[in-house]
Amino acid sequence: MTTKYVTKFGSLENYEKGGIEIIDDDPKHFVFSNIFEVANSSKPWEKVAVAKNTKYVIEGVRAEGTSEWRTCAHDEFVTVLDGEVKVEFVKLATPAVPADKEGSVALGGEPTGTPMGHVVLRRGHQALLPANAAYRFTANRTGVLIQQAIHGDDTVERWADICLS
Amino acid sequence: MTITDIQSTPPNEQGYREYSLGGFHFRRDEFFVHITWPTGKHVASIDAFLRALQRDVAWDFFYGTVNFDHVFGTVNHYGTVDMFAGRFNDAYRRAELDHTENFETPVIRETFKAILADWTNQSFDPFASPAETAKPFGAKDGDNISAVTRRRIAASRMVGIPGDEALRSDESGFPVNRMFADVPQDEPDVHPLPGFEKDVAAFNLFAYLSRSDVTWNPSVVSVCKDSLYCPTTEEYILPIVHGNDRVEWFVQLSDEIVWDVQDRDTGAPRAKVTMKAGDVAAMPADIRHQGYSPKRSMLLVWENGDTGLPERISKGLESVYPVEF
Repeated sequence: MTTKYVTKFGSLENYEKGGIEIIDDDPKHFVFSNIFEVANSSKPWEKVAVAKNTKYVIEGVRAEGTSEWRTCAHDEFVTVLDGEVKVEFVKLATPAVPADKEGSVALGGEPTGTPMGHVVLRRGHQALLPANAAYRFTANRTGVLIQQAIHGDDTVERWADICLS
Repeated sequence: MTITDIQSTPPNEQGYREYSLGGFHFRRDEFFVHITWPTGKHVASIDAFLRALQRDVAWDFFYGTVNFDHVFGTVNHYGTVDMFAGRFNDAYRRAELDHTENFETPVIRETFKAILADWTNQSFDPFASPAETAKPFGAKDGDNISAVTRRRIAASRMVGIPGDEALRSDESGFPVNRMFADVPQDEPDVHPLPGFEKDVAAFNLFAYLSRSDVTWNPSVVSVCKDSLYCPTTEEYILPIVHGNDRVEWFVQLSDEIVWDVQDRDTGAPRAKVTMKAGDVAAMPADIRHQGYSPKRSMLLVWENGDTGLPERISKGLESVYPVEF
């Protein structure tokens, strides 16, 4: 018999959440959440930590409309898990943050510098958010992305709301 | 270390050499590996042993403990490696049958590589899904050096950036796996302006993973200082039981994996974690875990490569749990 395999990805509108069967532990130790569930309860472009390892985080983001311009002194990475997201880049004339500042910051306005180009990402696509560039996301329909980042001023931690306990 | 430093015998009657390292001795026959040490002995299926050995060699002893099974394994001290029998098994410890020896990493690495190369026959690939390779059993029948010496992929910035690790394609020998035939292969629209080709970059991570020819083999696709995205494709059973020396995170990108979680030191069961697409979970720094993936799935393993972490955790300066809430 030939088996036809179906790969199951998740989306905002269609996901199944797993779980934890505790034998001798505390479910909080596993910090278990679901990115789509988190995005369903997030504000657009809110950077909600879904994983944290010392200063490093993975942020789950509800992609909806156009984000503010942000920048960061180090590389970050974005991966789209649902929807389509355009990312625009501008090479800043001068870095907006000190070289030792970790985590991204909002620019608070339009960037001043040289346009670098843009990418359009769909499900499963990953892009570099290069150090000292300004970047802005646009999603014409609501989607979900995750960001490989360092905990910054705007990282939101609400573990008790999002995790199994 | 050179090949002449590896302690081995001429081929035995099944055609395989026997190897010694410190007080440990390794022998294989048609079906089993036989391991002896000064206080005991152990027998395991050669199938499971070679799959575990392949990971330990390819990962250069990985982060923390690589349990081949409930008796034998290694602990990485990043410069030296402990090889142990019964160390993380309560019964062996109580019976005082456990044994540990420490080796300089190159010494144990070269011995393990020699065993893997000698004991892997031409039709067996220890990295492949059991459904995609022949069996490892029987007398010596050639070798499969290209399979057991695959280069571990480790991007310095991100896969696909000019000069960094390459994308996978049919032409480069990475066809789409049979279980990922339905994964879209479209690439992102990338429009760098002149001069910014190395900074405006993107790739299809899911397509890249759909073309992986190995299972249970995390490899680095993007790097944010010590934050390492190490996605991998999983099918059947993780051939080792990984004991953490730091917190490790899993993001399930597709399908489903069930994790058995046990106490790192005793092996006592602690939890069973079922992860589906979009689920995120931490593996604390005081556990061991083994995964089961009924269908080939995509798993983002997220590691923290901070070399000081294990010592800070062992001294209580960092928690074994990533978050308190």
